[in-house]
Amino acid sequence: MTYFIWTAIVIIALSMIALLFRVVKGPTPSDRVIALDALGIALICLVGLFSILVDTSFFLEIILLLAILSFIGTIAFSKFIEKGDIITRDDSR
Amino acid sequence: MKVNNVILQFTAKIVFFIIFFFAVNIFFAGHYTPGGGFVGGLVTASAIVLLIIAFDLNTVQKLLPINYIFVVAVGLILSLGTASFSMFVGQPFFTHFFDYFYLPLFGKTSLHTAALFDLGVYLVVVGVTMTIIQTIGEDE
Repeated sequence: MTYFIWTAIVIIALSMIALLFRVVKGPTPSDRVIALDALGIALICLVGLFSILVDTSFFLEIILLLAILSFIGTIAFSKFIEKGDIITRDDSR
Repeated sequence: MKVNNVILQFTAKIVFFIIFFFAVNIFFAGHYTPGGGFVGGLVTASAIVLLIIAFDLNTVQKLLPINYIFVVAVGLILSLGTASFSMFVGQPFFTHFFDYFYLPLFGKTSLHTAALFDLGVYLVVVGVTMTIIQTIGEDE
């Protein structure tokens, strides 16, 4: 069981390296935002696997917290790319 | 340029409640599990930030007519009052009390005055974060 979890951790770490390559190399800002979002998801997977590995349930709130923060960050970045500013005073103009 | 972001606004309306109830859960579970007033306040502020991003500042101000400076003041008064309450009954400063009560719906619960102090921390964190974001966010 431990070998299985460590194999999954290594695979996710390799995919995080590939996503990091896309963050560094990505030609447009949209590529970097998508890669950062996927990095957040991979980080969630790592937290879940490590919480299985150290046999505790205290990390499960961090998973939901990371998902919320990744969602809000991605939405803020995409609104910045779309409109030029994140928080607008009046949306109807 | 009028953009039609109906998916974002509909998603924000639902996800706001999920994030807010998660924040309440973190706040009340802070005594026995990780969490507490600080993280709960930050998660609540991030839920309001999601509404501000999906809609605009005037809509959210109309939706939640809260002056966040007063929220900071109420939180500080609550924390200071909880901390100094024990001085009036002959105990040292910051002495907390707890006891077991039998509530009608919850059964046997332990109520602790540290929860009131934590509520003050929660209100201060929400107020400070929302004040910073609203002050920086309004550009004109």
